[in-house]
Amino acid sequence: MKVQAIALTTFREAVRDKILYTLLFFALAMIAASAVIADLTIGEYGKIIRDLGLAAIDLFGLMIAIFVGIGLVYKEIERKTIYTIASKPIARWQFLLGKYLGLVMTLGAEVLVMTVGFLVQLQLTGAGTTGALIPAIWLIFVELLVVTAVAILFSSFTTPMLSALFTLGITVVGRLTAQLKELSEAGDAPGLELVASGIYRLVPDLATFDIRTEAAYGRPVDWEYVGYATGYGLLWTAVLLAIGTVVFQYRDFK
Amino acid sequence: MPDVVIRTKGLRKVYVSGFLRHKFVGLHGLDLEIFRGEIFGYIGPNGSGKTTTIKLLMGLNFPSGGEGEVLGKPIGDNAVRRHLGYLPERPYFYDYLTAYEFLHFYGSLHGMTKGERNRKIDELLPLVHMERARDVQLRKFSKGMLQRVGLAQALINDPQLVVFDEPSSGLDPMGRMLIRDTILRLRDQGTTVMLSSHILSDVESICDRVGIIAGGKLQRVAAVSELVGADVESVEITLEGATEALLAELGAGDGHLHASGRRTLTVPDEDSAQHLVRKALDGGAKLVSVVPRRESLESMFVDEMTAIDKSSREAKR
Repeated sequence: MKVQAIALTTFREAVRDKILYTLLFFALAMIAASAVIADLTIGEYGKIIRDLGLAAIDLFGLMIAIFVGIGLVYKEIERKTIYTIASKPIARWQFLLGKYLGLVMTLGAEVLVMTVGFLVQLQLTGAGTTGALIPAIWLIFVELLVVTAVAILFSSFTTPMLSALFTLGITVVGRLTAQLKELSEAGDAPGLELVASGIYRLVPDLATFDIRTEAAYGRPVDWEYVGYATGYGLLWTAVLLAIGTVVFQYRDFK
Repeated sequence: MPDVVIRTKGLRKVYVSGFLRHKFVGLHGLDLEIFRGEIFGYIGPNGSGKTTTIKLLMGLNFPSGGEGEVLGKPIGDNAVRRHLGYLPERPYFYDYLTAYEFLHFYGSLHGMTKGERNRKIDELLPLVHMERARDVQLRKFSKGMLQRVGLAQALINDPQLVVFDEPSSGLDPMGRMLIRDTILRLRDQGTTVMLSSHILSDVESICDRVGIIAGGKLQRVAAVSELVGADVESVEITLEGATEALLAELGAGDGHLHASGRRTLTVPDEDSAQHLVRKALDGGAKLVSVVPRRESLESMFVDEMTAIDKSSREAKR
């Protein structure tokens, strides 16, 4: 109930903040603009609209996850709102989990609105939907769960500026895991291979959540893979939140 | 033996900051006891360790050494927080919540049911004169209004112990009076209050005991009556219609002449005052007021701080 109270308050605060509406407006504008871009290209009209729509959902979802996530806990300490909350009978892990779930609810609502906008766009342009579109959006959401957990982990002990750098860094590296894996198996530079393989193992493989190309081309859904990717994302989320909780548990609120 | 609500033994806090890990001792081995039902004033200059002590007691910061108990449990105990109220200095809260949602949220953190929360909010909002702002978002609140809802959140759980950190900071006279009255009402209900404040006249008028802290060290703990002393240092008598001849006869000098024509004379003790008043009335003057002046907590505090400052400077030499 306490986690729920914090999550609902975080959600309420987020949806009443006008910044999110600005981001949402740009996301919907980008989805709408995809028709114009598709018009300018030769062939594969539907594929381009689907691809750009999914990219917009991914990009704006990531922006919200990172830029709201990095300040989520830090702002509470900086503005001292945490003083009165942490003096109540609530464990610190409950606070952190509540903040996380509140942001996840916000992201869920944003992704939902963007998805509806996207589907309307597909209908209006006649680009047509494919069976893998919703699973692709679901995996974008799972990716956001992981990135939000990364952001909140850094937010629990460092400044928003550093959190943004670290989270962006991990997001970029996490999407380049295929290249990292190749590099770690290259066989001609042992030092570089060691570093690449270390990073590969330490960073969540965000490319796992990317089935956008399959969805845009309308290939059949591999439900087993969607299940695996969801499990992988939830496991990473749990690990990141657990680390965040341990860090947060022993810190002073200055 | 009185029931002890807060007990600390050798409680220390060392802050480490910066890349070079500079150390700063915020609190040097604090030994403190606060008893059930009392209003305990905690005073000291800025940076003396008052807020550090409170943060340790509230479990917001972790001690570097020593130990402490709040309501019989080690500090930071989660279950004990059910019985605590805390109003930090210059509090900030969530901007987009209304006063009503805000108090519901804090009630939920205490595990109160919706019915309990509603009942308590209906009781608290009028108490802090905020019933008309019930559905207004906190970002539209003035500083004083934030302090009032902050006060309400500290009381939502009917706490056994309430800790106020500079509750009157930046408040208008009405706000200060509200805080003072609330603290006195809490005491009447048997609630223990720890009050950290710079407004020493308030501390003097409402606290039972006072702890003075400076440089992270507790300098003194005493009853307010012991500190301010009962002895009258001087008496100020204000008269109306005192002629020059009468003033010469009274022999207390010319005193201070007010724009209204009234005159205030100062005599060293109560006996002289009685004598002067009698003579003044016999001489046809009208008595406006007689005010005995005692050493205030403020003057005692300034003397004490000056002495500490002097001795620390001498120790450095």
